[in-house]
Order: sequence, then C-alpha cells, then structure tokens
Amino acid sequence: MASIKITDQCTGCKLCLKSCPFGAIVVEDKKARILDTCTLCGACVSSCKFEAIDFTKEESQAADLSAYHGVWVFAEQKDGKVANVAFELLGEGTRLAAKLDTKVSAVLLGEGMESASKELITHGADTVYVVDDPKLRQYNDESYADIFVQVVKAYKPEIILIGATTYGRSLAPRVASVLNTGLTADCTGLEIDTQKRELLQTRPAFGGNLMATIICPNHRPQMASVRPKVMKALEPDETRQGEIIVPDVNIPTDTVTKVLEVVNSLTEKVNLAEADIIVAAGRGIGKPENLRYVEELADVLGAAVGASRAVVDAGWIEYSHQVGQTGKTVGPKIYIACGISGAVQHLAGMSSSDIIIAINKNPDAPIFKLANIGLVGDLVEILPALTKEFKQRIG
Amino acid sequence: MKLLVCVKQVPDTTEIRIDPETNTLIRAGVPSIVNPFDTYALEVAARIKDECGGSITVISMGPQQAKNALTECLGVGADKAYLVSDRVFGGSDTLATSYILSGAIRAVEAKEGPFDVIFCGKQAIDGDTAQVGPEIAEHLDLPQVTYAVEVTAKEGSIVAKRENDDGYALIEMQTPCLVTVTKPAFDPRVPTIKSKLAAKKAEIAIITSEDMELDISRCGLKGSPTKVKKTFTPQVKKGGLRIVAEDGAAAGVKLAGLLVDAKVI
Repeated sequence: MASIKITDQCTGCKLCLKSCPFGAIVVEDKKARILDTCTLCGACVSSCKFEAIDFTKEESQAADLSAYHGVWVFAEQKDGKVANVAFELLGEGTRLAAKLDTKVSAVLLGEGMESASKELITHGADTVYVVDDPKLRQYNDESYADIFVQVVKAYKPEIILIGATTYGRSLAPRVASVLNTGLTADCTGLEIDTQKRELLQTRPAFGGNLMATIICPNHRPQMASVRPKVMKALEPDETRQGEIIVPDVNIPTDTVTKVLEVVNSLTEKVNLAEADIIVAAGRGIGKPENLRYVEELADVLGAAVGASRAVVDAGWIEYSHQVGQTGKTVGPKIYIACGISGAVQHLAGMSSSDIIIAINKNPDAPIFKLANIGLVGDLVEILPALTKEFKQRIG
Repeated sequence: MKLLVCVKQVPDTTEIRIDPETNTLIRAGVPSIVNPFDTYALEVAARIKDECGGSITVISMGPQQAKNALTECLGVGADKAYLVSDRVFGGSDTLATSYILSGAIRAVEAKEGPFDVIFCGKQAIDGDTAQVGPEIAEHLDLPQVTYAVEVTAKEGSIVAKRENDDGYALIEMQTPCLVTVTKPAFDPRVPTIKSKLAAKKAEIAIITSEDMELDISRCGLKGSPTKVKKTFTPQVKKGGLRIVAEDGAAAGVKLAGLLVDAKVI
C-alpha cells in the first residue's frame, strides 16, 4: 500500500498546505499532520523544502503496453450527421498522433453511415471503423458500449478520445469500466509525454477553481472525454484518403432498454454546447418580459440563449438553458452575459469562452473581473440598441 | 420497490473562494454538504416510494464524517443508511470507487435482497466527472439511463425522461437498472422536525473491506489507473475593456461597432 508520513524534519512552515488539492493537511504545534481526508495523491511531496513528507507510492507492475497503438476518436452522430465535437477531436487526435508517430482513427456506430464515414476521412481520420446496423439507429448505452468494447479489444488503441456530450459522458465510463482502464472526464487540454507515450490530461475541478493534470501510466487504452468547442477541427480536405474497416462484431439483440421517443424540444439555435455565440440572461434582466430583449439579440446573431440559475429557479426560462455548475458547461467564441453578476458557479460553466462581454447595472459585479468587454448600464436601453445596430451592420 | 441511492459528501464549492494574493483555494471553514445532484436522485426515488411503496437505502463512500450526509438523507425519505469506509479505499479514482461501491452494493444486497433501481446523482460537484454511476452499472452488469429528470416506475420496469443535448428521450427499461439524475423541475423535500430527530437516532452501519469480496489491488490509490500528476490554479483573467458612453443606447451602438469592425461578429 501507498503511505504518507510527516518526518521530524518538518518545521511547520505550512508550505505544503497550499499544495494539497483536498485540504487534508493541518499544522499543529509546528508540525504538519495528515488528515483522514488525504487521498494519497502525492501532490504535496514536491512542495516541501525540507523533505519532510515521506511518501511511498506503490507502483503496479507495468502491464504490456506495447501492444497498443494509435489514437482513436469516438464519432458521435445523430441521424447520420456527425457531431462537431468528433471533428474537433479528429483535429486534436491528428496533432497527438503526430507526436506519437502513429495514426488517428474514428469509430462510427449507427445506421446508413456511408457519407458520415467519408466525412470523417476528410476531417483527418486515417481509418474509420464502421459498424452499420439498423439496430444502432438510435444511441443506446448498452449496445453502443458493448460494440465499442469489442472493437477496442480487437484493434487495441493506446488513446481513446470521446466528446463530453451527454451521450459521450454516458458511454465513456461504461467502456472504461469493462476495459478496466482509466478515464479522465471533461478535459480541456491534452499533451503527450513522448518518452513514456503518456497522455497528459488537464481538466478543471472544484467548479473550475482548480486545474489538475491526470495521467494513466500503467493501463491502456488511456481514455479521456473532451469538452466540445475546446479543440480545433481540421479544414475538411476532399482529397484525403483513408481506409474504411468493418470490424467483425456481435450486435447485441436482447437489450433491456427501449427508446420510446426522442424529442428535439430545443431549436438548433439553443444547442448551447455547440453554439458559437451565446447571449445569456441573469437576474439583472429584472422581469420575465425583458427576456425578449435577450432573445431578440440572440436571434439577430444566430446565437443560443443561456441563463443563470437564478433566472431558471424563478421559472422565467427552462432548465435546459441553464449555464453553470448545475447546468451546462459552454465554451463559445462569444458569451454575452446580460444582467449576470458572476457567481462562482456560473463562471464555472462559461469561463472558457473566448470573448466574454458583460452588461450589468452594478459596476462592481464580479463578472467584470472576467469580462473582456464590460458595459455598465441598463439592459433595457443597451440591448435594443445593440440588436438594432447589429441588424443594420450585418443584416 | 427496493431502491438504493448512492450519495457523496462534498465541500460546498459555492463557498470556495480564491485567495487573491496566492491564487490558491481557501478551504478553511468550507462546509460539507450532500452533493446537490444526489439530493435530486434521492427526491426522484422518494417520489417513486410515495407512489408505489417500498424502501430507500442510501449508501456513501468516504471518511467517518460522511455519516452526516447519510443522516441528512435519512431525514428526507431514506429508510436505511450504510457508510463504506476503510483506509485502504483512500486515493481511489472513479474506476476504483465504482469497483468498491459495487462490491458494497452486493454485500448490502446479500443481506437485504436485491435492489430494483439504483440511483446516483449525475455527477458530484467537487469532481464533476459523471463517471462513477455508469461505472457501477457496468460492474454490476446493469442497464443504465443517465441525465434523467423524471422517472416513473411500475412492477418490473421504469420509464425515464432523459435530457440530451438538443431535447430529451423517453427510455423504458426493465429492472434491475441504474439511473443517474440531473436537476429535475422540482425541489428536494425538506425534513420535518420529527424526521430530523428520527434520523439523528438512526444507526448507520459501516462496511469495510472485510465485509465484502474485493480484490484489494483494485482499491485505493494503488488500484486506480489514473494518477494526479500536478494541480494548479487557473490563471484568472484580468478585467478588459470598459465601454463608456453618455447613455445605454449609445453604449450598445458602440459595442456593436467595435465587434463588427474587429470582425468578431
């Protein structure tokens, strides 16, 4: 077992306190003490200038990792249309594969997947593994995970990237669990340690207050789910050549799950996860009637409408619009926060947006600390003027 | 119906502040709460119990202090509680955690009979991974539905309304199964004075590694395939440009001009 101990070299300097992601160190009587909440992550060891933290990490014996090759991307699709996040992951996968001197492949499950397979090749896939079957028309955790695992076991990739969509976040853990391997959720940054062929997976934790870089040293494949809109897709190239492989798999027939109905209650515009521009409403809009100013602006920009928790809890707009820790995490090019003060939980859901524009009455609202552009003033005056001006200039 | 709800005690991340000097998390005095998504899961289970009868068991993995979270659950609909706690579980990542919890669930089932539905919150607000639920389902070989906002049950099956990225799906599933719950349209119930007092008196059984069949090499830090290489606080962006104009309308025009001229829109 791994263990951790504070030795007599400890001077009680408290340097280690800040290094602990779990707040599991206290200093009492000028000596550090490790609390029960310690998870033995070892993050504190390097913070000690006196080598007073005695940490033994038990290395599991290295499994044979050399049998695993290539970077894989799960190509999520709906009704034959590949999700943008799959193209983004192919772009990132291409970059990672180059560092590892290997290839990037896509795994595509569904029905009528011919044009989708070709599209994946134009976006960078060297190989597309396609399982095309009427039983896979609709996404289903059980059968998708089952088939995905069969393909992984047959071809042994070293890295698997899956979009952190509602389906991807449902599929990835099931697959990781069967393969008994590590999975890092919602990564926002990926790098390669070329020497060890390790994937360095960086993700936010504690509502975005802390970033952690995670590795999976002794298990393969290394699996990560990656947030949409973080990675960059390649420009599609129609001349690219790729191989299409139809793996030999058993398609489960006796699933106990039945999809009764799929309803697209949200218009294309409101898909927050994939939107380039989001106009979001906070309590500062004052009353539900004022929501229309936000919607009109979103309309002219072709943007999705987001909302803070306060607005959702007040019943002014549906929960599906909620951005933040208990809502959706978004990363658009432009986020226009209207009357949102900027509580930590809200910021956790949108702080990775490229450009943040804040409009708020209160000049001291925390959102202004994060905003690239800030306007102090009354939304009821600003928004209609903004909408009108955009209409005139971009029509 | 026999229902199980998995809960986690988490620091209230809304209370976490950043020290502006050192740019690190200030944890002192941060209260512990029941993970909000787990309270939604418990409420969904409690509504099924109201409707169809049955019982709710809650289970949590964590240090001794996580008992407080379980006590809270006992005040709002749960009938029985188990704490899964052992030093060898420390440092578990999601895979190891789900492995241990599935072992503990089997141990509870051996005593109390099988559960029809196992509920989890969609994710915990400290880790935000959403992985433990589906991983438990796989370990126990159960079908799953994630992101549920509504669940109705009848003998032998459930129907769940599952949120997806552009709407929802209605999914019917035979029991036993596992459901992860996101924020529903209703609020979790609050305890009464009577239920609170009863919860305080209720016994919480402890399950350790000795009480279940586990491969210890798959538990704790050692059994976790993922390792934390480093942690750091993200760079806090400094405030940017302020647009000042004589009135709101003029400010709006200015902003639109700026964005269009810079070709961002």
